[in-house]
Amino acid sequence: MRPALLAPEIVLFLGGLAALLGGSFLARTRQWVTRAVAAAALLVAAALAALDLPGPAQVAMEGTFTVDTTTGVARVVAALGTLVVLALASDEIAGTPRESETYALLLFSTTGTLILAGANDLLVVTVGFLLASVPLYGLIGIARTPLGAEAAMKTYLLGALFGILLLTGVTLLYGVTATTSYAELTDRLADAPAGVVAAGVVAVLGGLLFKAGGAPAHFWVPDAAQGAGGTVAAFLTTVPKIGAVIAAYRLVELLPDTLAWPLLVALLAVASMTLGNLAAYWQTDPRRLLGWSTVSQVGYLLVPVAVAGRSDLALPSLLLYLAGYTVTNLSAFAVTTAFPQRRELRSYRGMGRAHPWLGAALVVALLGLVGTPPTVVFVGKLTTTAAAWDAGYAWLAVLVLVNTVASLFYYLRWIAPLYTHQETAGHHQQDAGTEGRWSRSAAIGTAALSLLLGIGAGALWATFSL
Amino acid sequence: MLSLIVFLPLAAALALMALPRLGDGAARWAWVAVAAADVALVAALWLAYEPPAAGRLAFEERAQWIPGVNSSYHVGVDGLSLPLVAMTTVVFLACAVFALRSGDRPRTQAALFLFLQSVSLGLFVAADLILFFLFFDLSIVGMYFVIAGWGHGDAGRSAMKFFLYTFLGSLALLAGFIGLYVAADPHTFDMVELAEQTPLEGSSTAGAWVLAAILLGLAVKTPTVPFHTWLPPAHTDAPAIGSAVLAGVLLKMGTYGFVRIAMPMLPEAWRAWAWVIVVVGIVSVVYGALVALAQTDFKRMVAYTSVNHMGYVVLAVGAAGIVADDTVQARSVAVTGAVTQMVSHGLVTAALFLIAGVMWERAGTYDMGAYGGLADRAPRLAALFAVGAFASLGLPGLSGFIAEFQIFTGSIAAAPVTAVALLGILITAALFLRALQRIFTGATQGASVGFGDLRPAELWAIGPLLALSLLIGVLPRLLLDVIEPAAQVLVQLVGR
Repeated sequence: MRPALLAPEIVLFLGGLAALLGGSFLARTRQWVTRAVAAAALLVAAALAALDLPGPAQVAMEGTFTVDTTTGVARVVAALGTLVVLALASDEIAGTPRESETYALLLFSTTGTLILAGANDLLVVTVGFLLASVPLYGLIGIARTPLGAEAAMKTYLLGALFGILLLTGVTLLYGVTATTSYAELTDRLADAPAGVVAAGVVAVLGGLLFKAGGAPAHFWVPDAAQGAGGTVAAFLTTVPKIGAVIAAYRLVELLPDTLAWPLLVALLAVASMTLGNLAAYWQTDPRRLLGWSTVSQVGYLLVPVAVAGRSDLALPSLLLYLAGYTVTNLSAFAVTTAFPQRRELRSYRGMGRAHPWLGAALVVALLGLVGTPPTVVFVGKLTTTAAAWDAGYAWLAVLVLVNTVASLFYYLRWIAPLYTHQETAGHHQQDAGTEGRWSRSAAIGTAALSLLLGIGAGALWATFSL
Repeated sequence: MLSLIVFLPLAAALALMALPRLGDGAARWAWVAVAAADVALVAALWLAYEPPAAGRLAFEERAQWIPGVNSSYHVGVDGLSLPLVAMTTVVFLACAVFALRSGDRPRTQAALFLFLQSVSLGLFVAADLILFFLFFDLSIVGMYFVIAGWGHGDAGRSAMKFFLYTFLGSLALLAGFIGLYVAADPHTFDMVELAEQTPLEGSSTAGAWVLAAILLGLAVKTPTVPFHTWLPPAHTDAPAIGSAVLAGVLLKMGTYGFVRIAMPMLPEAWRAWAWVIVVVGIVSVVYGALVALAQTDFKRMVAYTSVNHMGYVVLAVGAAGIVADDTVQARSVAVTGAVTQMVSHGLVTAALFLIAGVMWERAGTYDMGAYGGLADRAPRLAALFAVGAFASLGLPGLSGFIAEFQIFTGSIAAAPVTAVALLGILITAALFLRALQRIFTGATQGASVGFGDLRPAELWAIGPLLALSLLIGVLPRLLLDVIEPAAQVLVQLVGR
């Protein structure tokens, strides 16, 4: 069994339980204690994972869970990412009803993501999917706004549909191979009937795409990003992707050559990036814009998945992109939670002049999402693109770059008003009281980190390709 | 040494941002001091410079960056880059002096221009494709904020157009770089190694595609016809020092890319497509000159002459790819002329745009028809304008002549058809003389009434640029001795 190998996941789950139970016994004004508990659990989990990182790859739970560099990186990135989300929560939901429940659900969902990331068995993928998804439905609706309710309903229905699809896929694959373990699937899939394998794998990939928020299972993402609170929006567009994309990578890596799997994933990637970019063009709500932008980012993340095992660059570049994307996307969301009243791009007029540091952080974050050097997403984009080309998919590399140009336009629509002269009347007064201090620090810190990681990408790369 | 020259302005920019209590006056003078220090450092570098061995670089520095993809922090200079490095520091110093009189957020402006200076210098010394791309992209970002933040007219829109258009070019460039990386064995982004390997030798289709991507990226930045449409609005709406840097320094990034990346790394494809490049060059020369002739707006006119002047450079490097045994000497002369033209155009156009800035500040218009008889009111401005115009149209004794004479001597010998482009010189001469006549001669009228002559800061910004142009025109060996060995090496690399 070797449960000690799953210590980070166990710590996160117990932390979630402690926050949930502790919250029931604490007065509303003292709910911050549960936040501290959650933060401590995340820090411990990240530290444990980081200590494990240099170790050799091992399997736990009868070979159904892999603990290797990939899992380790996912653990560190997801735990620290959720920690930043907690910082945003300190501004937004401190002292509100259901504060401790939010923290508990965040930790449960993070645990689910990590289980997805390490899964080495189709049934464990299913467990991870459910554990990551179910808390998310609650989180999206927890703000109890009309938009939030609609988004929660939409997510739930889509999640149920794709969850069933995932289960169907697992059943089909089990039916033709008599196993759910990746170790045995590798050989048996090659001999199994190609049609059934195709149907099964597509169904499982569909479930994972829902979790990652990629086309064609992306419809919930923009609604949830807009309707849920800022904390939840930052979380759901960032952390669940880590587990889902890595799970997809592990699955695609073991598929036989009987069908053109790389081509299928490449087409899904192109669909996601193009659709996300086109839909983001005329959005006026910054969070909805970011929601669509994350759909396009999933497309870029699927590029190394498409060439899994066909280029040495694929896995390290995927991890680098995931880490960079997490940092950068959180930075952009942190700016939106620092100004909860500014829900339109227009309302950011003059923000950069009034708040130079936050303005700079937003510029770094948005240009980072475009993939401008020297931010870390640039290195991610460069290496994923090089991986695709290296594996013989030059057209995919070119489409990534074309989409990058297309994405610049809507990010610029947000950057452009920052330094215009007119400060919208009224906003200046409101900001003085409501500029979230925690969000501010989180935004500036993550923006700086995205630059530092880009400049220090060599060290990061060395860690990821152990 | 190179790293110090490149990052000194950046360090100063960060210091300026970190010290919000610093007064505006102190920020302005700190900018001038740092820019002057960089000029002094480059002068020391120039004196210590010895031409490196063929295919190598002088003052090399190398440190690991992303070893996983063989990309390193690798910098160095040779005869192609050193003149551009020197020109860059001079143009930025001129801008710093010119901006001593500016009142709009001087501290932020100084920091932004210092950032741009680091980026521009970094690009010219980069010896790694990813490092090159990094500085290439950051130059776009920096210039976007200069135009959007300090521009006039429809600045937001022009800045957006500039950003989108040139960013498209930069990503085409990146696609080409990745193509080179993947084709190289072992995979690398190092320019020196790639120039040695010439990775796509023998695969003419792939070589053509990669060259096409790189050329597209560089052509947008240069800009050549038909990718020049972002240039006039960006220049018209940019602040004076922004235009000076954009035309003087940023445009050279495109032409520098031809001689640094496209020619030595893809010699086979370059030779195969040299005719296309020559034709694009000729069209840019003639079309740029004709459109400039049709302008009534002085700043737009100078912007279009940039298209014309960059056309000469493209023409020359294209002609250098038309290889024949008996034209080695001629092609080398053409390349020398191309690099000289980059330096000359940087100095002269920066001066002309600063002059345009003086006109805007005094009278609020660039319309040449609104002026008249200005020489009476502003004799010093008139004198500097005349020198700038003559340098730009290629009058002997000034740098433009040295550059264009060599370009045509070399190009016509290698490809006689390039003589068509001589038409461009004729038209440029006509349009500058016409501008001189409309703005400065005749009775003082319209916007010229009450026009104050150059103030010391303006004089000391514009004067030295033109003095250097004169120096190059009179004593060209100072510059040519540095460029010629590198040009010979380049011609030999293209011919292999």
